[in-house]
Amino acid sequence: MQVDTLELSQKFNLYGCIQCGKCVGGCPVSMKTALDVRFLIYEALVGVLPDPTHMEELWDCTCCFTCVERCPKDVKPAELIIGLRSLLVESGTIPKTVTDALQGIFRQGNPLGFAREQRADWAKDLNIKSAQEGCELLYFVGCTPAYDLRLQPVAKALAKTFQKAGLDFGTLGIEETCCGNEVRRVGEQGLFEMLVEEGKPLLESTGAKQIVTISPHCFNTFKKEYGLSGMQVSHYTQVVANLLEAGKIKFGGRVEKKVTYHDPCFLGKQNHIFDEPRAILQAIPGVKFVEMDRIRERSLCCEGGGGRMWVEGTNMEERLAFQRVQEAVETGAEVLAVACPFCLLTLEDAVKVKGLEDKLRVMDIMELVNMAL
Amino acid sequence: MIQVTIDTHPIEVEEGTTILEAAQRLGINIPTLCHHPALEPYGACRLCTVEITQNGRSQLVTSCNYPIRREIEVQTASEKVVKGRRLLAELLLARCSNVPKVQELAASLGVTQVRFEPHDELCYLCGLCVRVCRERIGQSAISFVGRGVDRQVGPPFLKFSTDCIACGACAFVCPTGAIQLKDITDKEPRPLLSEFDMGLARRGNIYIPFPQAVPKIPVIDREHCLHYTLGRCETCEVFCQAKAINYDQEDEFLDLDADAIIVATGFDLIDPRTKPEFGYGVYPNVLTGLEFERLSSASGPTMGEIIVNGKKPKDVVFIHCVGSRDPHTGVPYCSRVCCMYTAKHAHLVRDKLPEANITAFYMDVRAFGKGYEEFYDRVRHERILYRRGEPSEVYKRGDRLVVRAEDTLLRKSIEVEADMIVLATAVTPRADTAAMATLLGIERSPDGFFQEAHPKFRPVESTRPNIFLAGCCQGPKDIPDTVAQAKAAASSAMVTLSRVSRSRTA
Repeated sequence: MQVDTLELSQKFNLYGCIQCGKCVGGCPVSMKTALDVRFLIYEALVGVLPDPTHMEELWDCTCCFTCVERCPKDVKPAELIIGLRSLLVESGTIPKTVTDALQGIFRQGNPLGFAREQRADWAKDLNIKSAQEGCELLYFVGCTPAYDLRLQPVAKALAKTFQKAGLDFGTLGIEETCCGNEVRRVGEQGLFEMLVEEGKPLLESTGAKQIVTISPHCFNTFKKEYGLSGMQVSHYTQVVANLLEAGKIKFGGRVEKKVTYHDPCFLGKQNHIFDEPRAILQAIPGVKFVEMDRIRERSLCCEGGGGRMWVEGTNMEERLAFQRVQEAVETGAEVLAVACPFCLLTLEDAVKVKGLEDKLRVMDIMELVNMAL
Repeated sequence: MIQVTIDTHPIEVEEGTTILEAAQRLGINIPTLCHHPALEPYGACRLCTVEITQNGRSQLVTSCNYPIRREIEVQTASEKVVKGRRLLAELLLARCSNVPKVQELAASLGVTQVRFEPHDELCYLCGLCVRVCRERIGQSAISFVGRGVDRQVGPPFLKFSTDCIACGACAFVCPTGAIQLKDITDKEPRPLLSEFDMGLARRGNIYIPFPQAVPKIPVIDREHCLHYTLGRCETCEVFCQAKAINYDQEDEFLDLDADAIIVATGFDLIDPRTKPEFGYGVYPNVLTGLEFERLSSASGPTMGEIIVNGKKPKDVVFIHCVGSRDPHTGVPYCSRVCCMYTAKHAHLVRDKLPEANITAFYMDVRAFGKGYEEFYDRVRHERILYRRGEPSEVYKRGDRLVVRAEDTLLRKSIEVEADMIVLATAVTPRADTAAMATLLGIERSPDGFFQEAHPKFRPVESTRPNIFLAGCCQGPKDIPDTVAQAKAAASSAMVTLSRVSRSRTA
């Protein structure tokens, strides 16, 4: 495949790069794979970029955006990777698993391959009204919490909490469609634009003043890429922390556990929400909260973002999630709390593979909240 | 005035002077454990006992609290006195057999053998702590508790005192370390940290700001001094022989008519917490360049020894460009001094820790001044490893730190372990630059520093006539450039002054 490196350099502002290496220095996968985005930038700049079809490592990027956060010159290295993936999407040379996920979204509105009609099954007994009837708060569930059996309890716990707090909220039911955050990040710009084109009017048609998501990934794209008008975009940790502070949620029970917290990249690094999840955990009676070493802006990515839920990457032996759960175990915590469906799944897999089930449980913050209600 | 003879030396003293004071004036040493110049005489230790003769009768008295009222003859080391002192020393040594101060005292009196059963007490009940708390601090948070052999010092009922203000005077005055603040109160003492030593050392409420201060005289921290806050203590006044302590002295504001002003207000350094990836404020062994400067200074908190976390570091990492050249931190410019001071710091580490592994991470080395490239060459030859790549992450592994970077020349991501990390933080305009600019009616350039009248031809003049700029208030610069600009500013001011004086005489 021929790449127009001049066009690429201009489109992604590569001329600003001073080759300081800050992007790769912070890249969580660069220690273990061949991905070197600084060098890609340089190769593009001087016009010697190899054919991206053979760059297997392009799929290693988790789009954690550490490189973008750290770059002193506003280059946005991860966007170049997304741009290169776009070229692969256009030429049809992408991993089969990614194609499957994209097709699932195109046909059924979710990457997991389930039918659209089943999207609201998780909420059968909960009596949640349709957002189209009009509501203050639009509860955007997201694909994984709607379909994945491990995540459905999280979706339920959040709905129950909203009900307890007496919020006027609704969901889009089976009308809800993938937000497209990962779609854009695997390079399927066309499908992403289609999802925004159809999704934005749907979301806005509810007239809700606020939209809340379970996944930091949905939160991120709604907030930064949808341009929603008249609608405040919130992550559930922000809403729940506010409810707690306002005294609208009262805990009846206790959770006698030592808990640590993993900052999801799309919530922490990319959107600087660090305090609300911690405030919730510390408010739960009985919880003894401890911190790991790498937290907040220095949090270690779980490797679940940027389409990595659907593609393994080039070094499957040294998963960052393995390292992360080990760090959690070292704090003496019994629970590793997360606030992201992808983090939950990758870290829980790591706990199983490493045989740490008797030491550590990975739980979403909402599951802990629900236990204490 | 009364004529007294002490050990055959005559001296005239005012009535009421104690024998101890008179002897000290003559340079005669009388041992004592309970006397303190800022406290009332107490007479508890009895070591200062002397023999006096008046009207042909001799008697033994404690010199610290015996006021001279008539002509007497004093013997500070008569046979009787020395014998008594030796017995006291022997008893004290038996009680506090491991206290250096008591051991010294006993040795000075020739007591080496103890005939009594030795104990391992720290406190010998001199009462300095009790008295300083009562007389100077006015809190009486501690006192003597118990009687006879059970007598000891402590707060009431030996429970944490509610009156204690955690000033620490008792622990400070205790000669043996028997008094510990943590036994008296659960209140956190608030250590006053030396601003000049970048918080690496403590200072008192009255202190000399820094060794080269001009004038080199102490100042009182009114926010914390007990005289200003509680109207008590005033101990410094007692100690100052020059009687220079003046609590009524106020700051003076001077109105001056000037024909020219030279602005030389200096700079600030960026708060390294704005780059959270480096873990400053999280890990105590991540320092700024200025903190390292104090740490390696002979007049610094460690007398120039490089010690972090109680140890000499084996692996030292320097990080260039922390905050500089980064529009996100508001510092789009190069800070100009960091490359060279980092080279100097690396050189200092090599000098003091010949075995240390020293790595300097850089993105570009800018050794632009006269002799600078040569110094950079020299430092590299001192086994300082310059690795190209700006680190992007610092985290902990065991009790050590790990610096994560890409070595861009290797095209490889690397981890370098470190015991000490020094950040070359960006030079920024002073926080009060905007207020100063308004006050003076001068402009600032987009980077926030004061604007020179022309970047090439009028680099020392501000945008307002007869106000001149010198040093880092106009932009980051090193010492030679600062001196050059300062001299130019002074010359420019002289031109103004000579014009003014000529027009006045004309």
